[in-house]
Amino acid sequence: MAACFSCDAHASEAGLLAYDIVGDAVPAALGGLLGDPERGREIVLDRRSGNCLICHALPAIDQHFQGELGPALAGVGERLSTGQIRLRLIDQSRINATTIMPPYYRVDALSHVAPEYIGQTALQAQQIEDVVAYLSTLSSSP
Amino acid sequence: MNWRALCFALIATLPSAATSTEILPSGTTFLSQGLQAQAADAGANPGMLWVADGERLWNTAESAASSSCASCHGDAEVSMRGVATRYPLVIPGSNQLLNLEGRINTCRVQRQNALAYAHESDELLSLSAFVARQSLHMPLKVTVNDANAEFFAAGEAAFHQRRGQLNLSCANCHVERVGLRLRGDVITHALPNAFPIYRLEWQGLGSLHRRLRACALGVRAEMFDYGSEAYLNLELYLTVRANGVAVETPGIRK
Repeated sequence: MAACFSCDAHASEAGLLAYDIVGDAVPAALGGLLGDPERGREIVLDRRSGNCLICHALPAIDQHFQGELGPALAGVGERLSTGQIRLRLIDQSRINATTIMPPYYRVDALSHVAPEYIGQTALQAQQIEDVVAYLSTLSSSP
Repeated sequence: MNWRALCFALIATLPSAATSTEILPSGTTFLSQGLQAQAADAGANPGMLWVADGERLWNTAESAASSSCASCHGDAEVSMRGVATRYPLVIPGSNQLLNLEGRINTCRVQRQNALAYAHESDELLSLSAFVARQSLHMPLKVTVNDANAEFFAAGEAAFHQRRGQLNLSCANCHVERVGLRLRGDVITHALPNAFPIYRLEWQGLGSLHRRLRACALGVRAEMFDYGSEAYLNLELYLTVRANGVAVETPGIRK
């Protein structure tokens, strides 16, 4: 594959599933897992899980107090490919070093992680795929 | 460009607050008009319950063998006026950074023949709120000097270091994204001028260090102990950034 970075070594070291970055995307599903958009929606909304609305607005969702630190998620499924969404969830810093988007599938190069989270990813591989599946369904017309 | 975006753009172009003479706006200015009015009204501000209790503690000796604060310091309105604006500070010759709570506990152990209050106890919160209240509306006056430079540098580094599973620094939000919404809350400059604060989420009064621990929890980072060196250093850095900002203890926050 073109422009494939050496994530495999990092990933397997930490016990994570390996993935290949192509351009600004991870085209293949983590571990070949199939995402479930319904579960993905729950993860996006769950404050103890994805908690995406703390930073992103999702106008189609009837929730007060949506964040505005990241771009609104309306239409993200049209703006980005599933592979592009996947990389932005896994570790957006791979394409933007100054991003404040947390790395949801990375355990290395982090500092002062709370003991209960050390060595754990913010989302598990299946959850990443679920969220990717959900976000890919979002069009600009709700 | 709306006002918030404009505000963000302006802030983004400013030099680091620690090195500029600009006086940053208090976190209170980010509250609703209703909450601002409540905080400013001593009869409606719930934090004043702790201040009143602090006044009682100030004037009371804990036992026959111990002395009250008032027995040495007299009328707090006179003796404590402006004191809180100078904390945290390094006691000359000690090379130890003390915040107001630390100063109170040092006094208790060394001068009052009493035991140190537990961190976040109602007593320590009340007394520190009462003492800080004597500096109401006075500008914070903590700057970098030879004695505190090392602590300041450590606090500054901590403020800018990304941490936790979510990999965010204090500065990522409280410098780079002031005025934007994190859910229902507007991000402030993280100034320590209104502590201890009455936080609606807590339904009670809490210290700056409790607030710092809440931020750590949010980014899934290691929480340090109340009164720890790490938080004292950060408190010093935050206070220097807030130099010139008026004391508003006890503030109200969501």
